[in-house]
Amino acid sequence: MKRHLISAADLSRDDALLILDTADELARISDRSIKKLPTLRGRTVVNLFFEDSTRTRISFEAAAKRLSADVINFSAKGSSVSKGESLKDTALTLEAMGADAVVIRHGASGAPHRLAGWVRGSVVNAGDGTHEHPTQALLDAYTMRRRLGSLEGRRVTVVGDVLHSRVARSNVLLLATLGAEVTLVAPPTLLPVSVGSWPCEVSYDLDSVLPKSDVVMMLRVQRERMNAAFFPTEREYSRRYGLDRDRVARLHDEAIVMHPGPMNRGMEIAAEVADSARSTIVEQVANGVTTRMAVLYLLLGGDI
Amino acid sequence: MSIVIKGARILGGEPADILIEDGVVARIGQDLTGDETVEAAGLIALPGLVDLHTHLREPGREDAETVETGTRAAALGGYTAVHAMANTSPVADTAGVVEQVWRLGQEAGHCDVQPVGAVTEGLAGERLAELGAMADSAARVRVFSDDGKCVSDAVLMRRALEYVKAFDGVVAQHAQEPRLTAGAQMNEGAVSGRLGLTGWPAVAEEAIIARDCLLAAHVGSRLHVCHVSTAGSVEIIRWAKSKGWDVTAEVTPHHLLLTDDLVEDSPVGAYNPIYKVNPPLRTRADVEALRAALADGTIDVVATDHAPHPVEDKETEWAAAAMGMIGLETALRVVQEAMVDTGLLDWAGVAERMSYAPARIGRLAGHGRPIEAGSPANITLYDASVREEVDPGSYASKSRNTPYEGRTLPGRVVATFLRGRPTVLDGKLA
Repeated sequence: MKRHLISAADLSRDDALLILDTADELARISDRSIKKLPTLRGRTVVNLFFEDSTRTRISFEAAAKRLSADVINFSAKGSSVSKGESLKDTALTLEAMGADAVVIRHGASGAPHRLAGWVRGSVVNAGDGTHEHPTQALLDAYTMRRRLGSLEGRRVTVVGDVLHSRVARSNVLLLATLGAEVTLVAPPTLLPVSVGSWPCEVSYDLDSVLPKSDVVMMLRVQRERMNAAFFPTEREYSRRYGLDRDRVARLHDEAIVMHPGPMNRGMEIAAEVADSARSTIVEQVANGVTTRMAVLYLLLGGDI
Repeated sequence: MSIVIKGARILGGEPADILIEDGVVARIGQDLTGDETVEAAGLIALPGLVDLHTHLREPGREDAETVETGTRAAALGGYTAVHAMANTSPVADTAGVVEQVWRLGQEAGHCDVQPVGAVTEGLAGERLAELGAMADSAARVRVFSDDGKCVSDAVLMRRALEYVKAFDGVVAQHAQEPRLTAGAQMNEGAVSGRLGLTGWPAVAEEAIIARDCLLAAHVGSRLHVCHVSTAGSVEIIRWAKSKGWDVTAEVTPHHLLLTDDLVEDSPVGAYNPIYKVNPPLRTRADVEALRAALADGTIDVVATDHAPHPVEDKETEWAAAAMGMIGLETALRVVQEAMVDTGLLDWAGVAERMSYAPARIGRLAGHGRPIEAGSPANITLYDASVREEVDPGSYASKSRNTPYEGRTLPGRVVATFLRGRPTVLDGKLA
């Protein structure tokens, strides 16, 4: 494996499978009453969050703590960053404190790449702008594998704001590596103009894609997008691309419904669908911790 | 006092001696003698280069560049005149500011500094600046540009094109439709889609160029298009010229050599803002179209868009970084690499695109004249036979934001003469 995990494209098929297999093993430990492992004792993991994301931060924090790492949470709000400190100076500060891994969430695409040039420790991308979110893709793949077995040849449909979605970019790359067949469904305004060069299919028609889907992954759609004319109204978006009970009825019996959260219930996904037996949304959260444990464990070279 | 340049190949031709007396070329011939001798065996003699598009940053951003340091860089790059863009602080939108810049250039003395005036007050795109006052000032402004911003309002652009006819001016347009480029970070295409960076679509440039060509034709004015970057723009300009309209265009050295995939994959890492520039680096197909257009004359001029920025404005995440690259000290070398060594342009062509044409468009008397008896002795001596790694540490520019660091490029500017006075000798400031 590479030293950093910045893009899902950094992972070979073997790397990805190793992470998922390691997560399986760690999940067995998480089922025990004492969840903590001593493997990263004495190592320091910094959670460097320039954007508010409590869900992702606590997931990484729990993962690092269960491996006995020392965790430093660095949130941009109220810190030197809000006083105008540059990313580079923040990086040099962390470097001086001896961070073994830096988990970074940043609003600018590519910020983790820049950070990796300024620190010696491993950089883990916890979401950068509209670029990638590779651990989300890993936990999604892990969740699919638990429900469906091998991903080889499985059909995954990703629906929503692909243009602005880091989850979609990482999932397309990782699922292609793992041999799944991905179809993106979105209004044309919410797809990159170059999407034809991606390793996936594209459709504008959700209903036609659903019957052959093994997985339907709904992306969060921000209501503000309609102000920039990406779609006319919430109601029209929901009608054409929302996953409601009638659409779910078109899925085969084993098909699952995923969402990376946070959801807009009633917009891209109906409440009854989110809470149905097909939904893996709560599992995804739990699997996030084990998958991130596997990533930190493998990047920092701990022993089981 | 007289100087003789011995054995230089004028425009790459046969070796000859050039005798300079009182700042003027007195004679071209063999075995000429003068008070001083400059050996130029094997060197190519070009008319002193003229840049239509330079950012000297003074007044206002003296941390990035000053007229003194920028004109040193210009002389070292073989330039004898540069047009200083108006986006300073305060903006060069009054006679007072353009005269200040002009005077600073005179005092520095490394090359002539011809200020460009802003088209609109404060570059705000709302009201015309006092264009006539700048034209009538000591700086004798003839080129007007809101560069960095587009005069996007069609009525204002029409009026500007018409108004400057009174003093033979030209509007140099930074073609960028603002609504199509809100928050734009790089060329919109396969790379921007993968990297999740907001795209700057080619159509945002092309739509403005098409509109401006039609406006210029309608009111019978001159139009100059800054830093053309797309194959589509080339087609539109070619069409406008075929109609006989008075449209000229420039291309930067970096758009002749570099492509947008450097943002994703380069020796200096992905997302390195050293490649962030406006208009953005485009695709290989665009580069090929720009080279062909420069070769066939559809694009008239190579202009540097030398845009200095301090280190802290580039050592950031991509979206936060400033746009622009320095280019004065590498322009001729890049043109050799992209155009001459590829067989697309000979040295006479380089002289046309980098000296005669920009001086003509800028109405710059005393520059852009052939090296012949009676011309002002503005001469650049260039060694095209060497190939060296680019070393920003040696730059005279105050800034280091060059995209060529670590690359090897052909050529070396050996000497520059401004009206017979050497500003550069043996590759160093004289």
